[in-house]
Amino acid sequence: MVSNRLRWWWAATGVLAVIVAAVAGLAFGPVGLPPAGVAVEVINLLPGVELSGGLPERQAAIVTQIRLPRVVLGLLVGAMLALAGGAYQGAFRNPLADPYLLGVAAGAGLGVTVAIALSGGQVTTGLPVTVPVAAFAGALGAVLLTYLVGAAGGRDRSPPTLILAGVAVSAFLAALQTYLLQRHIEVIREVYSWLLGRLGGATWHDVRLLLPYAIVVSVILLLLGRELDVLSVGDDEAASLGLHPQRSRYLLLAAASLGTAAAVSVSGLIGFVGIIVPHLVRLLVGSSYRLILPLSMLFGGAFLAIADLAARTVDAPREVPIGVLTAFLGGPFFILVLRTSKRVAM
Amino acid sequence: MTAAVEVRDVRVSLDRTPILHGVGLRVAAGEWVTVIGPNGAGKSTLLRTIGGLLPFTGSVSLLGTELARLKRRQRARLVATVAQQPVVPQGMVVLDYVLLGRTPYIPPLGRESAADIAAATDVLNRLDLAGFADRPLATLSGGERQRVFLARALAQAAPVLLLDEPTSALDIGHQQEVLELVDQLRHSEGLTVIATMHDLSVAGEYADRLVLMAGGRVVADGPPAEVLTAELLATHYRARVRVIPGDRGPLVVPVRG
Repeated sequence: MVSNRLRWWWAATGVLAVIVAAVAGLAFGPVGLPPAGVAVEVINLLPGVELSGGLPERQAAIVTQIRLPRVVLGLLVGAMLALAGGAYQGAFRNPLADPYLLGVAAGAGLGVTVAIALSGGQVTTGLPVTVPVAAFAGALGAVLLTYLVGAAGGRDRSPPTLILAGVAVSAFLAALQTYLLQRHIEVIREVYSWLLGRLGGATWHDVRLLLPYAIVVSVILLLLGRELDVLSVGDDEAASLGLHPQRSRYLLLAAASLGTAAAVSVSGLIGFVGIIVPHLVRLLVGSSYRLILPLSMLFGGAFLAIADLAARTVDAPREVPIGVLTAFLGGPFFILVLRTSKRVAM
Repeated sequence: MTAAVEVRDVRVSLDRTPILHGVGLRVAAGEWVTVIGPNGAGKSTLLRTIGGLLPFTGSVSLLGTELARLKRRQRARLVATVAQQPVVPQGMVVLDYVLLGRTPYIPPLGRESAADIAAATDVLNRLDLAGFADRPLATLSGGERQRVFLARALAQAAPVLLLDEPTSALDIGHQQEVLELVDQLRHSEGLTVIATMHDLSVAGEYADRLVLMAGGRVVADGPPAEVLTAELLATHYRARVRVIPGDRGPLVVPVRG
């Protein structure tokens, strides 16, 4: 039996996880709402549907204008980060690769800082559309820098070497960012509130900003699943099988960086989703990226939506920054992956 | 007759260091040629060049077509390579791995057709690997893995097979098993085989012709008995050996001086 075909039960489990996460995200919050009413309000958003039994206007607004965009944004950001993480792991043949650890998120962060600084801090009404572009430029620059620094180690391209390069690049970019913030002290609050994760203030504007990038990136990366499988046997082998490994790799890195940048520009820096989710998916379904990537999107979205729910309920009424929460889970997980990846070379 | 592989005055540099200095080699269809030579002689580089993996000057042609004029996918249908130490992807099962060999027949962004799966299954059956189809590659023993690597190359259905040190990780029994298998497949599929090897006696046993390389050049080329001489091996390997005539090729035994 060929094991690289997406089985319906896996896809169904993923969709179910997304639905459960979305329902939980909508139903729980500082204001208690009747679940049936919440369901009716969500269904009424569909064009041409008008069910009775909805919530009073103010409560309805909590669902449609506050909780729903937040849940949708969480699902999209989680899906993008997990997808990008899976793609980076395949493209670099490195089980430790993650948008955060490779410096991609820091690069995107620097790009956004530059964009906010140049706009003079007038972003309270919603992020300008230039922000994802600036984030993408920063993300792409960072991943190329990490790749080159990692390759400077010569033939020793062991997984930790690349991550060390990513850490060095992150530190360098963070220094640039700090310098920039010192020079533009007026935007410092704006940038920091964004850095800590912005799912809290999520609006439909953010969703609209992210959605086109998310669609383009998912289409590209999901179509490249088989090429990732071929790349997993090494560049020489891939080339002798008729692939252009370097060209495939650049395309993968560009697409994954675009996805990361778009996610980071609306949500701030959220680490470790890209490493936790693809690894758990890999444990479940095996090594084929044709399964890992689509399932990582579903489970990544569900994971972040649930993490966001936890972030706003564990210490209610205050919110724990979601990046803090994912790092709290991701740190120990990273150590686990590091220990196992020593034994099995990818 | 068109040669299966024709190499003329090939020069290759890696990181600006010249590795091959004008190598020439002609391999007839159905022939088995093994390239021998001391470490650093350029054996693997020559193989990788023929496989289209390295930039070079000079000329390499496969079944009469210049390598430079072949598209990557076309080339992959003509020549298949088993590397010295192929990467074993974590968690990948044998059938999926062998299916990767069908890559040159699968359109970009496409997926394996039923015909591709049938081809891969057929190769597994022929190599006595059907029972391993669902096993992760990493759980197989060295000899079984080497058969799987071979299966992936055969799934490529290319007439030219390049084997870089196909037996270096195997014990003597499994070495013979794998090489017998290659020889059998060469006759049944009409393959042309170019291999590199370190064990000189084994190399002489299985090849029609040996090519001795040293310092990036071909220094001897001929039937095993003509290449495996104490004098040539002393010159190019700086080795003291006794050469004993054998049934097929000479047996090379190292001795202390």
